[in-house]
Amino acid sequence: METILLFGPLVGALICGFTWRLIGEQAACVVATGMLFLSALLSWIVFLGFDGETYTRSLFTWIESGSLFTDWAIRIDRLTAIMLIVITTVSALVHLYSFGYMAHDDNFREGEVYRPRFFAYLSFFTFTMLMLVTADNLLQLFFGWEGVGVASYLLIGFYYRKPSAGAAAMKAFIVNRVGDFGFLLAIFALFWMADSIQFDVILAMGPELMETTFQFLGYEVNAANTIGMLLFIGAMGKSAQLFLHTWLPDAMEGPTPVSALIHAATMVTAGVFLICRMSPIMEYAPFATNFIIIVGAATAFFAATVGLVQNDIKRVIAYSTCSQLGYMFVAAGVGVYSVAMFHLLTHAFFKAMLFLGAGSVIHAMHHEQDMRNYGGLRKKIPYTFAAMLVGTLAITGVGIPTTYFGFAGFFSKDAVIESAFAFGGGLGSYAFWMLVVAALFTSFYSWRLMFLTFFGTPRGDKHTHDHAHESPWTMLAPLGVLGIGAVLSGFVWYNSFFGHTDDVGRFFGVPYAVEGDHGAVEGDHGAADAGHGTEVVATAEDTHAAPTAETGDHAAEGAYAAYPHYVLTGAPGQGAIHAAPGNNVLNEAHEVPTWVKWSPFVAMIIGLATATLFYLVSPGLPARWAEVNRPLYLFLLNKWYFDEIYGAIFVRPAKALGRFLWKAIDGRVIDGGINGLALGIIPFITRLAGRAQSGYLFHYAFAMVLGIVVLVTWVTLRAGG
Amino acid sequence: MIAADLAIMIPEIILAIFAMAGLLMAVYTTKDGMAPALTFGTAIVLVIVAFYIGVTGEGTRIAFDGMFVDDAFARFAKVTILLSAAAVLVVGQDYMQKNNLLRFEYPMLVVLAVIGMMVMVSAGDLIALYMGLELQSLALYVVAALRRDSVKSTEAGLKYFVLGALSSGLLLYGASLVYGFAGTTGFAGIIDATAGGDVSIGLLLGLVFVTAGLAFKVSAAPFHMWTPDVYEGAPTAITALFATAPKVAAMALFARVVHDAFGNAVGDWQQIVAFLAVFSMFLGSIAAIGQTDIKRLMAYSSIAHMGFALMGLASGTAQGVEAMLIYMAIYVTMNIGAFAFIMTMEKDGRHITTISSLASFSSRQPAKAMALLLLMFSLAGVPPLLGFFGKYAVLWAAIEADMIWLAVAGVIASVIGAYYYLRIVYLMYFGEDREGLDGRMTLAPFVALMAAAIIMLAGIVNLFGIEGLAEAAAQTLVN
Repeated sequence: METILLFGPLVGALICGFTWRLIGEQAACVVATGMLFLSALLSWIVFLGFDGETYTRSLFTWIESGSLFTDWAIRIDRLTAIMLIVITTVSALVHLYSFGYMAHDDNFREGEVYRPRFFAYLSFFTFTMLMLVTADNLLQLFFGWEGVGVASYLLIGFYYRKPSAGAAAMKAFIVNRVGDFGFLLAIFALFWMADSIQFDVILAMGPELMETTFQFLGYEVNAANTIGMLLFIGAMGKSAQLFLHTWLPDAMEGPTPVSALIHAATMVTAGVFLICRMSPIMEYAPFATNFIIIVGAATAFFAATVGLVQNDIKRVIAYSTCSQLGYMFVAAGVGVYSVAMFHLLTHAFFKAMLFLGAGSVIHAMHHEQDMRNYGGLRKKIPYTFAAMLVGTLAITGVGIPTTYFGFAGFFSKDAVIESAFAFGGGLGSYAFWMLVVAALFTSFYSWRLMFLTFFGTPRGDKHTHDHAHESPWTMLAPLGVLGIGAVLSGFVWYNSFFGHTDDVGRFFGVPYAVEGDHGAVEGDHGAADAGHGTEVVATAEDTHAAPTAETGDHAAEGAYAAYPHYVLTGAPGQGAIHAAPGNNVLNEAHEVPTWVKWSPFVAMIIGLATATLFYLVSPGLPARWAEVNRPLYLFLLNKWYFDEIYGAIFVRPAKALGRFLWKAIDGRVIDGGINGLALGIIPFITRLAGRAQSGYLFHYAFAMVLGIVVLVTWVTLRAGG
Repeated sequence: MIAADLAIMIPEIILAIFAMAGLLMAVYTTKDGMAPALTFGTAIVLVIVAFYIGVTGEGTRIAFDGMFVDDAFARFAKVTILLSAAAVLVVGQDYMQKNNLLRFEYPMLVVLAVIGMMVMVSAGDLIALYMGLELQSLALYVVAALRRDSVKSTEAGLKYFVLGALSSGLLLYGASLVYGFAGTTGFAGIIDATAGGDVSIGLLLGLVFVTAGLAFKVSAAPFHMWTPDVYEGAPTAITALFATAPKVAAMALFARVVHDAFGNAVGDWQQIVAFLAVFSMFLGSIAAIGQTDIKRLMAYSSIAHMGFALMGLASGTAQGVEAMLIYMAIYVTMNIGAFAFIMTMEKDGRHITTISSLASFSSRQPAKAMALLLLMFSLAGVPPLLGFFGKYAVLWAAIEADMIWLAVAGVIASVIGAYYYLRIVYLMYFGEDREGLDGRMTLAPFVALMAAAIIMLAGIVNLFGIEGLAEAAAQTLVN
């Protein structure tokens, strides 16, 4: 089943991409989409039937060289299962959506066939993404990692006649190389340290790596921290974290379904997945995790600020994605990987939905993407409006704190914020406040998007507005399905991701124990490990009955005090995620002060209120505000000038260096040298030799005598000296 | 005792009797009318003798108190010489016939030259060496000037003779010095005289002169000057002979002298040989670029190739000798194929040898052009053709002997040399279309050309097993 799930999209891609001439354009696309829906169905079966026990299915041996051993394998644990449903569900819906969205495209000439190519790329992307998440070793993961990079490159540059699309594709690829380099170094370091790249082996190495140091860049460095940092650099590239984020907004040059699938729901979350997957190592790399918190929070804040002033509807959502990824990383950084995955899951639903909704708007408006030319569209495209509204409610985290009523984003985002607070210390406060402010901004720009698009009076080209029309069912149906996810996914899985520790432990297949017990045996490590083993058996048996009986009580807040404090006790590599001894953030996150629980809600309300004021009550206000705070406005509009700074620091010097090496070194020195030698010196000697060959006997004899003289002199000198 | 000695020389004796009997028979019968049959018969006899030597010979046997040595090394060289001479006779027959050169003396002179070469490679004494050398040379002087009515041919013969005499003088002078300082002309005695490792300066000078004489025979620079003129002037079939068998003989003799007689002074002659090798490689490669006549081009090509073979020798090891033998065997095969083609280059019934006449040859004769392309690539040493493996062997031998600089020089020279081989290919395939060659190939040259080309491809599998034979031969020489 897993094999079909995994290779279905590949088969679909191959059939669609290579045989559409035989079976017809429409049939090819249908095959690819059908494969994806099959895959999605199987994924849900796997996910719902999964009992938390990791299992690996080896397909065949890939590389066997010295101590390097790599299989193609399918490793299923909870992380993989979550990713499976996210990837295949969104991908299947995006495939369906593309039937409508890609039906007519002005970027291609009349009669040109482009849809099979598009579907094949999408399916290929899905396959590589599945490869990434089902890997049981780093190399296979890296294969998927690069595979999604290639697919992303192909899809961003899908409109190959647009120079901007080509440039964006290259930018995405090149910026990712920076991160990939870090990731590769991390793989090398891990292989060096552990002599293996199998997850089974390396994940168990966490505590050992913490005690190890090695030489890197001339410094004696801690192994776990260095590897953690390098891994995160890899994740930063793929997940567009601050400093390596510049490619993501530009990636919106691709068709909108691509943005929804790759640049919102799946590929960009690969970095988060990687960090969670490597949690048994990250847990022992405090420096690296602190860095993750700093960067994650900064990204969430930065991207939210930029999102405030963007006018392109897709760019707003792109920055929103960037920002939400920052949330996920903060959760991972503070050590609550389950929450990171939680936000990843809910975000996938509502962000894909927002993108597809935006796509629907763009479709309706004849590929107009500037929100300043929208307005008053809610009557024209009511279903899209409803979908976007649900998406916005989800992303802004609408819900009633301390209860179980709210949209998906409400649960996961609040969980992240509370976890950040619970992490404590200066870093915790920093992350907490950054995220709360970011939540305020999120609310503002999301509602701004809604108000500008669907409310007010129509702006821009009247003709376009007159012809605005609702999208076909192929585009609306995915919105509906995703809407269900955006509404319910938080509520349904709240306990599994962010409930009591024992729920979470069970969900992720990680052993757990009552906190006190753990503390008691803390003193003697050997005994503790042995003790864990027995405990695991015990808890696995009795807690099955007990907590399920108690689930009813969970709803009633305040039961926490009476509830025993569990902690995750799995050894590194056991289960899907890992919590180091002493990592109690998950428990503490439930006991944060009430004002902390309310703060994201308040931020959301403020954001909504401000947006209402700016864009509904007095629409002239934003322009005046921008005029008054012009430097700040330009700063934000130009995305903090990151592109300009990178252009000056990296791009232009690199280009100049390239030109220098090309023109001066390659052109003049190498080519010139070779040409000079070949066209100047050698022919000259040839002429000399030709002249020596005069045909006169005495010349020839003279040459022989000269040769003898040279040899005799040489031998005499050598023998004499 | 004499009988036992003679028994060792049976192949040479048989050939000598055959040569004399053939001469007598032809003189008393139809003279030149016998020539075609005689040529063919000679080729058969040479092949039979080669077969006899290859199959029956084993171990190391010494005759006439060390004057004559029959060992694996000599046998390897002899078989190569005999087969290549036979091939040249067969391939060249039509050419000689067409140009009215097929005299009955021609095959007999070739046989006598071959006997000289066989004595050379079996020489265990300076006197035997000289005897073999002169027998070979005198026969070759005559065949070079076989076309008596042609100024060029007689000029070639005369030049070859005069310079050959000079080189013989040098060699003899060196031999007398060696005799004077070592007290003997036998190789075994010479090596005993240098047993301590200290070689007197007189002996070294003798070595230099002997080396110079031998370098002339292999046409190594700077003793190469005769080669282009003689190659160009001599009838093409004779040129083919010059380019093959005598080169093998001289190179084998070179190896025997430096290893059998001066094996204790490797450090001394190594540098001389290396100098000759580098000079030859570069001069051959560079001077060939300016040539317009394909025979002259092949002359320079052979100079460069001798440089590579000498590189193997210069390494001073058994591996080097092995590489040299392999190189020579491959070189001979390539040259027979190439000359088989050159012999049949014709336009309007006349034999022409200008390179430019090859322009767009491929469009008229794709199969032959492809065969020639393979041969040219192989001569240039383009992998995966056989010529590459010959170069690889000598380069590797030089590297193993810690003569990296020599190997580097060899690689550079071969890059330069690749130019003119590729130019021929370029002309054949991309040359401007115009009236070019129109002659037809007769069977023998065609077979030789195709066989050589196929060998260049097929030989890469295991070099037809000559590697093992060459190794055994090298082992008996160097120990």
